[in-house]
Amino acid sequence: MAEHDCSEALSQLQVFLDGELTDERRRLIAHHLDLCPPCLDRHDFEAELRRVVAERCRDQVPDDLKIRIEAAIRAQSGAESGSG
Amino acid sequence: MADRSTFVDDAMAHMPSLYTAALRMTRKPADAEDLVQETYLKAYRAYESFRAGTNLKAWLYRILTNTYINSYRAKQRRPDETDLDTVEDFYLYRRLGGEQRAALGRSAEEEVMDWITEAEIKDALEALPDQFRLAVLLADVEGFSYKEIAEILEVPIGTVMSRLHRGRRALQERLYEFGRRRGLVADDDRDREPVTEDTTRETTTDG
Repeated sequence: MAEHDCSEALSQLQVFLDGELTDERRRLIAHHLDLCPPCLDRHDFEAELRRVVAERCRDQVPDDLKIRIEAAIRAQSGAESGSG
Repeated sequence: MADRSTFVDDAMAHMPSLYTAALRMTRKPADAEDLVQETYLKAYRAYESFRAGTNLKAWLYRILTNTYINSYRAKQRRPDETDLDTVEDFYLYRRLGGEQRAALGRSAEEEVMDWITEAEIKDALEALPDQFRLAVLLADVEGFSYKEIAEILEVPIGTVMSRLHRGRRALQERLYEFGRRRGLVADDDRDREPVTEDTTRETTTDG
């Protein structure tokens, strides 16, 4: 596999992983990854890192937040209908 | 035009992800709760201007982001986005000697994904300058498209890509630093590819 194919594939890998390439470009990169284990290894690393970041960035929502927001909306709605 | 009577049913399902985003923005649970509540009240008042059938989650995030920027964010100088090309990809991969590992039939990701803790990822993300943090949060945690992020942040798509590129790089640097401090990453240069000097340092807080 020619060197320039790797550098082109790697330069577009983030956009590829973001799912933002055109179908044609996407197919070209996917094809390169099928044939090039070093590029595939980078792809897998970045993909796994993204998965881990997304998965480990979740937080427990405070129990009463939903209740408080709904009450605030009701109060707002009541104030508006009372004044209108 | 959306019907206000259905607002709670329509919008509250997005509350957990809005809260998570708010917490990454404000870094404080009490502020995050206030920010989410304020977002919902603003959204409720403006709900008649929301076009039913369009992207409600993105609309809520736009209100959240604007409210955060206007009310909570400390004044911050804009990051310089001109030297994008000098920010290289694959920082963490290269620092961990990914190529050499792959040649030996071992993958770098198995190790790194084991040692990165939830607290470290949150810390690393929260330490990013606002503009990078919002882009990475919206793309990598919430899964919005470039176009959606451009609409939420009210910037061109090229700016979204630039902030993502630099934000991800800075995030990887911080994660690497956590691993190094904990002694989980070998502090040994022999099997590493040289890494170009960090160009995002001016925009990140020194740890």
